[in-house]
Amino acid sequence: MAYRFLDSVAIADVAFEATGEDLAELFVAAGDATINTMIDSVDGILAKTSRKIQLSNGELDLLLFDFLQELIYYKDADGLLLRVPRVEIEEQGGEFKLIATGFGEEIDPTRHEQRADVKAVTLHQFKLEQTSEGWRCFVILDI
Amino acid sequence: MTIPAKVKQLSETLWEIAPSYKAGMKVPARIVGTRNLLESMDDAVFDQLTNVATLPGIVGYAYCMPDGHSGYGFPIGGVAATDPARGGVISPGGIGFDINCGMRLIRTNLTLEEVAPRIKELIDTLFELVPSGVGSRGALKISKPQFLELVEQGSRWCVRHGYGWPEDLELTEEVGCIEGADAASISKKAIDRGFNQVGTLGSGNHYLEVQVVRPENVFDSSLAARFGLNVPNQVVVMFHCGSRGFGHQVATDYLRLFLSVMRKKYGIEMRDRELACAPLHSPEGTDYFAAMKCALNMAFANRQIILHHVRKAFSRVFSRSAEELGMHMIYDVSHNTAKLERHLIDDRALEVLVHRKGAPRAFARGMEDLPPRYKDLGQPVIIGGSMETGSYLLLGSSEGQETFFSTAHGSGRRMSRTKARKIWQGDKLLRELKHRGIYVRTASLRGLAEEAGGAYKDIDEVVEATTRAGLSKPVARFVPIGNVKG
Repeated sequence: MAYRFLDSVAIADVAFEATGEDLAELFVAAGDATINTMIDSVDGILAKTSRKIQLSNGELDLLLFDFLQELIYYKDADGLLLRVPRVEIEEQGGEFKLIATGFGEEIDPTRHEQRADVKAVTLHQFKLEQTSEGWRCFVILDI
Repeated sequence: MTIPAKVKQLSETLWEIAPSYKAGMKVPARIVGTRNLLESMDDAVFDQLTNVATLPGIVGYAYCMPDGHSGYGFPIGGVAATDPARGGVISPGGIGFDINCGMRLIRTNLTLEEVAPRIKELIDTLFELVPSGVGSRGALKISKPQFLELVEQGSRWCVRHGYGWPEDLELTEEVGCIEGADAASISKKAIDRGFNQVGTLGSGNHYLEVQVVRPENVFDSSLAARFGLNVPNQVVVMFHCGSRGFGHQVATDYLRLFLSVMRKKYGIEMRDRELACAPLHSPEGTDYFAAMKCALNMAFANRQIILHHVRKAFSRVFSRSAEELGMHMIYDVSHNTAKLERHLIDDRALEVLVHRKGAPRAFARGMEDLPPRYKDLGQPVIIGGSMETGSYLLLGSSEGQETFFSTAHGSGRRMSRTKARKIWQGDKLLRELKHRGIYVRTASLRGLAEEAGGAYKDIDEVVEATTRAGLSKPVARFVPIGNVKG
């Protein structure tokens, strides 16, 4: 897994760091980290249904913010746990565009061992940066 | 942890960081608490609180309550008032994503002796009737148009539709419906996330507890009697939850909007993007205020529907009506809000916007907005402790002016969730609690471990600090016998 939860950063919430060799990989990892905050095993999510995600933003870090927020939206609006295996990100005239499909299923308390509901992605210390190995982000989720 | 040198002690329970500490601080930052409580606060509290002190239009002091800990934007336990007539801002980060997260307390005429033998059945019934956990929904089936009515009308909508008693309204902050909520200011996404979640607990630190008032835990029996707490070992119900996905989305929507206009349109720079804000008297500020009020009402309605199901559960288990069981509300208080209130600032009465994030209002006797029956007493304040230690009913104090009549909201975390999970195991904790006479049902065993009593500050010490600081005084302490943990 290209993400790890960080101890003692957000005392009542959850902080994670995700990495990727490229941006797409980082987005996938950060998406899984967000879902993993809510249930114990993301591998236990079956691809029974899908949701198309299309976003655009002038700022790359806020595109990540919006992407994670989409996963939280579908968790409440449709009761869905979604994993996104692939994302496409491209820049067009100063706008970053993202196209992806989330695959998953409805939350099933008998099969998905729950952790904590994620209320929102916070912008507190929110960071997306390019490193010598690729990309890294730091995210605090409100739970 | 040692208290940083920048934090100067002013009295036994009051500490201050001067505006010279950080560029842009407009007022001093003040922390209420004993030395021991301040030592348990993480350093980020002081950093976040001094960021709050830079908000445009802030007046008086940026305050942190004794149960404070670091959050995002404001610390949890943060209180700050801005003057809208002088460019004062409204900031979603000063309210929290869970708008109108709050506490509700209900009494019964049952005693521990009657409830203890049935506690398993009772908690199991509550667990069944009040959905909890990740994405919980389905307690109230309503259409989206009905939901729009509900967010404008709050608990009134519920009582009109048969979910509660007329007296419940009087015993809810804002009479269960804040004026000025406008559904035109909320997004489709917010509606999608919230319309099927009314009457649900959620997760994290949200819970529903059956508690007992032992005679030794009544601090003032005549005061307690005014709240109907007058039987030894009387059983009460307390729960903690907010505006669910609806409020979370409202806060997210406006955080994004404020971020896009803050600098460009209003020339405001903040150190933390989570403190994104806009003048209250601006199109964006006005819209957020109206949308936030919808979330306030949604949370009041949420707790009202939960109360309806709590009454139903007790009625089912004890084969008596809720009326016969004396299941009257004591009060419902919010601890994540921003409200326009009149306060004395430098000896002048001013209308200010008071942000309270993880801090309830604690109005003194005689103040406006108190329920008529409590007018001569002061406002009841409900403080939730950890699942293991106990909770309190307090009363607002007339000495609370400086903190805009605000006090602590709980025991406050002292340990991160990941650290707690390394120390405690959910299934083991469940058994230990049962052995100690606390029957727990939870949607998440991992979440249970994160909420272990040891992860929190000492609730007694927090309450004692608010008393010594003159913010509130205790009426009674409650200990849990059963808990539905979200």
